[in-house]
Amino acid sequence: MTFLKGIAHWVNQTLRLIARNKAGFLGFIGLLFFIFLAFVMPLFVPLDKTSRVDKIYNPPSAEHILGTDFQGRDIFSLVVHGGRDVIVIAFLTGAISTLIAVVLGSTSALLGGAVDSAIMTATDFWLAIPTFPLLAVLATQIKLNDVWLLSLILALLSWATLTRAIRSQVLSLRQRDYVEAARSLGMSNRHIIFKEILPNMMSYIAISLVFAMTAAVYAQGGLVFLGLLSFSDNNSWAVTIQLAWTRGAIFFKDSFLNIMAPVIAIALFQLSLVLFTRSLEEIFNPRLRVGV
Amino acid sequence: MAVQTAPIPVSLPEEQARPNVLQRVFRSYVFRRLVKALATIFAVVTATFFLIRLMPSNPVEIFIQEQIAMYGMSYQEARDQASALFAIDLDAPLSQQYLEYLGNLLRGDLGQSYRSKGTYVADIIRQFLPWTLFSVGTSLLISFVLGVVLGMLMAYRRETPIDYALSTFASLVSSVPNYLIAIILLVVLGPQLRIINIASMRGSISPGVQPGFTLHFFLDVLYHAALPIFVYVLTTIGGWMLAMKSSTIATLEEDYVTVARARGLKDGRIMTSYVGRNASLPLFTQLAISIGFVFGGSVLIEAIFVYQGIGQQLIKAINQRDYPVMQGIFLIITISVIMANLIADLLYSRLDPRIRLGQGETK
Repeated sequence: MTFLKGIAHWVNQTLRLIARNKAGFLGFIGLLFFIFLAFVMPLFVPLDKTSRVDKIYNPPSAEHILGTDFQGRDIFSLVVHGGRDVIVIAFLTGAISTLIAVVLGSTSALLGGAVDSAIMTATDFWLAIPTFPLLAVLATQIKLNDVWLLSLILALLSWATLTRAIRSQVLSLRQRDYVEAARSLGMSNRHIIFKEILPNMMSYIAISLVFAMTAAVYAQGGLVFLGLLSFSDNNSWAVTIQLAWTRGAIFFKDSFLNIMAPVIAIALFQLSLVLFTRSLEEIFNPRLRVGV
Repeated sequence: MAVQTAPIPVSLPEEQARPNVLQRVFRSYVFRRLVKALATIFAVVTATFFLIRLMPSNPVEIFIQEQIAMYGMSYQEARDQASALFAIDLDAPLSQQYLEYLGNLLRGDLGQSYRSKGTYVADIIRQFLPWTLFSVGTSLLISFVLGVVLGMLMAYRRETPIDYALSTFASLVSSVPNYLIAIILLVVLGPQLRIINIASMRGSISPGVQPGFTLHFFLDVLYHAALPIFVYVLTTIGGWMLAMKSSTIATLEEDYVTVARARGLKDGRIMTSYVGRNASLPLFTQLAISIGFVFGGSVLIEAIFVYQGIGQQLIKAINQRDYPVMQGIFLIITISVIMANLIADLLYSRLDPRIRLGQGETK
């Protein structure tokens, strides 16, 4: 029971912290909404796969609340089922690239010397290469239709910025008095890294993770839009946009919702992620809380 | 190459003010930065060569197999043709092939397209790269300047309705992917509201318009580039605004600003030469990253607006699996970004004397 109470207390505290920042709270609500939409709603709304020639580009009605698409399918069901892969890939990519960045960035900062310059040279090299064209070219060589493989490739292309940022964070943190104090007390390197430095970087890492997620949504959507990425049995938001686009949905007045519904879904998801970082700052950075 | 030293705008400690020492250090920064850029280009070129030659499913081999399957060519015939298209002598030893590849690149020979026979990759680049450089360059300039000005305004009017409105705007536009903003603009302004005629804005120039220093040509170029530029500006300006706002707020708390106020300097002068200048410095490091992003994103924006730039050509080559063109364009996009980064960094070093003296670099 005390354990449950502890969890309840922690949840309560965290929610309070999230609610401190209005924009961040809005982002949090947005994320909850999208997680609900993508993971719970599909249980109630089946994916509409039947084409109805008599119902092409119908306006919203009680039966189809967002209208129908170019082959008479229910747009709402497409939006409901289109979120899962987007969110999963975003999270996986964010987690993998943040992990790489934390490991490389802190190794670089703590070891210094030749290791540092080797890692930084590699980082500068990666930073100089425009990611999206590289992805587009890679897509001709590698079949990127697996969620894990795609996440891994996206992560391998996006660790560089984070690594630089985390390195400079560690460099500045290890100069702080309490780290010096821990060192002079003879604490082990492991203790210093995991107990003194990492906890103080949590806000930074969490925010980096969220920004890596937005970058993944960008790259993934872009690749699908250009037709370079296709999932066989998949219906992500970007796929709906791409199909609407190639069917000329931008030219007709009635096809507005067909293309705009998934566009707005991605846009709001990205916005929620970015706004949520404001709350993350408050949760992990006690200094911001003082005097609020 | 003699490098001219810029006049030093701030007074420096005595021992560093001696001109020859300063010149040497400044030169070494430019030199180091130049070497770094060239090394990166060299690394990309090398990686490209080995990717097209040595990977298990390399484009050369794919091409050869395709020719044999489609036209019933003999292996040697197909190989000879591949050799010509990729501008690599496949019969030579690998080290020599590599050197020749480098030599060809230096002479601007990037091989030929194999979907449209007889078209040189270098000619495609010469024709389409300027349009992308123009649209991306113009938009970065506009969004940087506007973003710095608006960011300062937000910092000076902190916690007023203007600040809230601009902050919301900045978060909104910087979080939505640029290609989605492009689609929204197209759909809403085009078929829905019928404000713009999207069909006539396609391409980078209207048919029949002759390039030259005429007003007509200039206006036509602007007409076609307007939407891409607008989208690039819209999607990058938010970042500059928010960065400039926080940087300005930090600068306003610096002692030298307080001192300047105490000395009774005019507000306008404090705002421009004390706050604005110093607050915008950190943004230059972001400029380098942003150039890469906008240039890379041009692939998507050009596809949406059917703007005839290098990004559009890259997609065309990718869809046709036209490997020599693909590689050439990818190489050129990467080199353009590296050169743009170099320029951004050198600009930064001219503006921030600490960098020139080699102190701004972390280890």
